[in-house]
Amino acid sequence: MALAQINWFKYSSPQAFYPLAGRMIPWFATIAALLIGVGLYIGFFVAPTDFQQGQSYRIIFVHVPAAWMSMFLYVVMAIWAGLGLGLNARPSFMMAQAIAPTGALFTFLALFTGAMWGKPTWGAWWVWDARLTSELILLFLYAGVMLLRTSIDDPRRADRASAVFALVGVVNVPIIYFSVRWWNTLHQGASVSMTAAPKMAATMLTAMLVMTLGFWMYSIAVTLARMRCVILERERRSSWGMHHSHREAVEVH
Amino acid sequence: MSQPGIFAALNEIIRRDLLLVLRRRSDVLTTVLFFIMVASLFPLGVGPEPAVLRTIAPGVLWVAALLSCLLSLGRLFTADYVDGVLEQMLLIPQPLSVLVIGKVAAHWLISGLPVVLLSPLLGLQFGLSGEALGVLTLSLLLGTPTLSFIGAIGAALTLGVRGSSVLIALLVLPLFIPVLIFGAGAVTSSASGIGAGAHLSLLGAGLLLALALAPWATATSLRIALE
Repeated sequence: MALAQINWFKYSSPQAFYPLAGRMIPWFATIAALLIGVGLYIGFFVAPTDFQQGQSYRIIFVHVPAAWMSMFLYVVMAIWAGLGLGLNARPSFMMAQAIAPTGALFTFLALFTGAMWGKPTWGAWWVWDARLTSELILLFLYAGVMLLRTSIDDPRRADRASAVFALVGVVNVPIIYFSVRWWNTLHQGASVSMTAAPKMAATMLTAMLVMTLGFWMYSIAVTLARMRCVILERERRSSWGMHHSHREAVEVH
Repeated sequence: MSQPGIFAALNEIIRRDLLLVLRRRSDVLTTVLFFIMVASLFPLGVGPEPAVLRTIAPGVLWVAALLSCLLSLGRLFTADYVDGVLEQMLLIPQPLSVLVIGKVAAHWLISGLPVVLLSPLLGLQFGLSGEALGVLTLSLLLGTPTLSFIGAIGAALTLGVRGSSVLIALLVLPLFIPVLIFGAGAVTSSASGIGAGAHLSLLGAGLLLALALAPWATATSLRIALE
């Protein structure tokens, strides 16, 4: 029995998804807070000091996970956008819409922490290196997706147009990833790879991976919360949506 | 009644767009003049030092070409959209991407080709050597069609949207960046003696990729804009 009888599409209706998201948010938020707490503790108190860069390298425990998440979230957003276009499913578009601001936030965080790390290490806040530049382009792409959505009034067209743009921009993500090999740059080569043994201490790697998981859970929690807002905003004219909007308003006050 | 083949339709669309431009020649002139003016502003801003100008020439000319392409993108679909012709065009029996390829080809002939042909002259003003001039022209010849293809996606997405002329720049310029890097990189590396082969190959690969994917994305965007 089991698999065949479960209605996989039950939660693809906004009305059913709304309470489910509400129940999931506290879980993901708690796990995120725990993981980020543990990750920061390992990163700042357990991991050894780098013999070349001293203490300043510790920013990588925020920088690298943020950079990974910024690219990962763009791909996830593009997948939801593609699903929306392919299946003509409204909740997929809402998901893509809800992910974009978090992705842009992580991109900004990666650029900002990169600048803070670059000043003591390279002696410059900003260098025109391929990876930095590609990350900046990624920020532009997030901005493009969000701006295109807000400048189109008809929600259906806004959904689909920004989905197409997200898919077009996804070509950029592999360019970011391979840019290290394509262009000869100042930025150090990738220290963590799937195939070779990592070139850094095990504790540093643990801290980085824990932080990445923490950021991931944070992204899910925030995306779900934003998804609830998007659902309420779009369903505000239905009797169901009106009922929930009122309840939220009462809870807030 | 027999339907015209794909190539006949393509031919027809290119001829129609070129004819429309021939009736209003100022459109071509604006793009070309814009290209010349942007390129001429840089020496005035940077100073007349020949060594400096020679160094920045590839980047300046490529950015000027990129901006002049951007300037003419607004016209790609707008006129047909406003007078309703585009809606009729969606009904043609041939695939919509054929129509898009035709329109992009016409756009490149009108705004890209003049820039390519003028670039050696402007390169000369910046003091580029003979070989670098050849590479510059070749890189623009390979790169500007890619710009037109990518730009068509932006033009279709922003069709009839308020503030579309600014929005199209924000959408399309980030996507132009790889073309700019490889295009200007080809000239720089040939000037420094490394040879432009790798960059030109990447530009060619980019053009093929754009030819394969962009018409499809543009067609989808046109359907979204007109539904």
